[in-house]
Amino acid sequence: MEDCLVKKMEITVSEAEKRTGRNAMNMQETYTAYLIETRAVESQGEGQCAPVDSLWRRYSEFELLRNYLTVTYPHVVVPPLPEKRADFVWHKLSADNMDPDFVERRRIGLENFLLRVAAHPVLCLDKMFYSFLTQEGGWKEMVNETGFQLKADSRLKALNATFRVKNPDKRFTELKHYSDELQSVISHLLRVRARVADRLYGVYKVHGNYGRVFSEWSAIEKEMGDGLQSAGHHMDVYAASIDDILEEEEHYADQLKEYLFYAEALRAVCRKHELMQYELEMAAQDLTSKKQQCEELATGTVRTFSLKGMTSKLFGQETPEQREAKIRILEEQIQEGEEQLKSKNLEGRDFVKSAWADIERFKEQKNHDLKEALISYAVMQISMCKK
Amino acid sequence: AAGTPRPLPSSGPKSLREMPHPLATSSMGPALSPSPDLLLPRGIADKDLSLPSGTPVDTSSPASSSSLLNRLQLDDDLDGETRDLFVTVDDPKKHVCTMETYITYRVTTKTTRAEFDLPEYSVRRRYQDFDWLRNKLEESQPTHLIPPLPEKFVVKGVVDRFSEEFVETRRKALDKFLKRITDHPVLSFNEHFNVFLTAKDLNAYKKQGMALLSKMGESVKYVTGGYKLRSRTLEFAAIGEYLDTFSLKLGTIDRIAQRIIKEQLEYLVELREYGPVYSTWGGLEVELSEPLEGVSACIGNCCTALEELSEDMTEDFLPVLREYILYSELMKNVLKKRDQVQAEYEAKLEAVALKKEDRPKVPTDVEKCQDRVECFNADLKADLERWQNNKRQDFRQLLMGMADKNIQYYEKCLTAWESIIPLLQDKPETK
Repeated sequence: MEDCLVKKMEITVSEAEKRTGRNAMNMQETYTAYLIETRAVESQGEGQCAPVDSLWRRYSEFELLRNYLTVTYPHVVVPPLPEKRADFVWHKLSADNMDPDFVERRRIGLENFLLRVAAHPVLCLDKMFYSFLTQEGGWKEMVNETGFQLKADSRLKALNATFRVKNPDKRFTELKHYSDELQSVISHLLRVRARVADRLYGVYKVHGNYGRVFSEWSAIEKEMGDGLQSAGHHMDVYAASIDDILEEEEHYADQLKEYLFYAEALRAVCRKHELMQYELEMAAQDLTSKKQQCEELATGTVRTFSLKGMTSKLFGQETPEQREAKIRILEEQIQEGEEQLKSKNLEGRDFVKSAWADIERFKEQKNHDLKEALISYAVMQISMCKK
Repeated sequence: AAGTPRPLPSSGPKSLREMPHPLATSSMGPALSPSPDLLLPRGIADKDLSLPSGTPVDTSSPASSSSLLNRLQLDDDLDGETRDLFVTVDDPKKHVCTMETYITYRVTTKTTRAEFDLPEYSVRRRYQDFDWLRNKLEESQPTHLIPPLPEKFVVKGVVDRFSEEFVETRRKALDKFLKRITDHPVLSFNEHFNVFLTAKDLNAYKKQGMALLSKMGESVKYVTGGYKLRSRTLEFAAIGEYLDTFSLKLGTIDRIAQRIIKEQLEYLVELREYGPVYSTWGGLEVELSEPLEGVSACIGNCCTALEELSEDMTEDFLPVLREYILYSELMKNVLKKRDQVQAEYEAKLEAVALKKEDRPKVPTDVEKCQDRVECFNADLKADLERWQNNKRQDFRQLLMGMADKNIQYYEKCLTAWESIIPLLQDKPETK
């Protein structure tokens, strides 16, 4: 993490603002813009701060950045964005994207995203990322010009690879399983948590009903009056306290969600690997068959049944010149193929190496983060009990 | 005062300080003492000689002497040492007969009173018998407040009459019923009560009683109906109004409490699913495995604590509310009867005034009515005062108990969560 951007630069997403504008279809829309502030960190603190740079970005631009990063660095587990739409909501929580609480939590999530990218040894060096933070205008166009979208693998290709790959790397297979299960278990956890929050809310709110009754009861009592009155008051306080408690819990839920999405990112890396492996295998296969063809042409023997053999039997043999030409072409192709195979192998090995390094890093980070999250969850529960 | 008998955990008046603290192990729960408590911060001595409305005791009429006697006996009870009658209801047993199945309870009595032949008794009684007792008390002491019995019929329909929960709730209510009678200075000396506590064969006595009744008739008969009350005595009117509001509020609290229990149980259901998910997750992880398991166990502990809290609410909180709601109803009935008596008296008085004949001497008939009215008023006032004291104490105990139980619940949760923090913070190297 020595040269990471995060050490050199303070990054915050400090504000969120509602904006209206025209979208691609020239229709009026409302969206939220987020203010990104950056400031260079002084190596020697003299008490003087460097000037703050700032620019506004909206969620879709963050998405663009992330897509770019995932395509450009397929071996990296790219940090996830906060959710696009409010998911795992429970009764009181609004599903509206414009809801101030949701916007606030998203702001925090976006800041988190930027910090994580800035802290990543590979990602932080990316030029597009840097200009995302610093260059106000024309960034979108610049990113699109890199043509990264063309490099993006189609989902169909990836799915195909999943089923067809013959020698998958066992580690990656395990990792794939892990990320699937992690996704499943965290989703389940978040769903149940939402239900738990809902029910707990109900319990607290019903206690609020006590408040009024006790108050009314205290009115008709003489000696008991004061005691009942204060009991009623406490019930009201109790019932009101649940709102804050559950808001804090939402932060915990957000932390879990981050890792839920991280699991997805992990899965993406695995998928990429599968794809590469598959392409490798295909290339190897192709090479083998070409070599075989070459051999056949050269020696004139037909080892395996082939359409060529059939047609030659039916329509007569080729002329030696034709054959020579074919052999030469094939030899070229073989040469290419072998080179390709070599480079792919190399690529594959590199990929595996760097991916694995990143995965290890991710694991450590995850372990650390989740522990922290659990600790603060526990602390929060404790303070709730103390209240 | 007779020698102090072996103190039973659930009978006799105890000062608030003597009573077992709700947090201490006590299978019977905090003892309910119907008698006024000397150690209550408010000067209970002030209450002795004035009625709830503050009017001074009327010492002129004969009826007041009985109320004075009542008060003297109250003074005795305040001491706590002069307790000479202890009654307990326990040990429910199911009896299966050809005709029916029913439950009997053991009623144990320990006493030094002269009215009892033996110092100890142990008999078995069923709900019918308690019902009979209550009716007898109402008949023979119509000027007093007879404590309510738990409901005869189960309203909810689906509840099992023989379930442990139902039987235990009923047993507690019956125990309370007898204790309230025991602590009453007049009712506890009632002969029917005596027989109830002592007779081996209650049914024989019941039949005998019926026969006697038809022969002798009740000593005090009160006419019900037919007389319109001119103006209700202010204090009784106030009490009537109070009871109306009181029972209304209690009813609302009962409903709210039930709703809370229901919500808590639904919360519990979700919580029970929540914990194991952490466990599942722990199975996936290596380093996080222990912490996640820890969280899972922690949530499990919270579940258990919540279950206990809900049980306590159902078993201890709701029955007291129910009892006082029933109390309010029966009290209103007694007030009505009193109104009748007063109306009769006033009507007769008016009739005499209209006659204008026997002016020098008021007819004995009217005198008797006057006596009845004053007697009724005095008895009722005394009982109402006692009831108010008991009510204050009972509710104080109830609400404090519930607060304590809730605190306990949160403390348990607190402990659970606090205990896993070190587990979560444990770095692998330090292990």
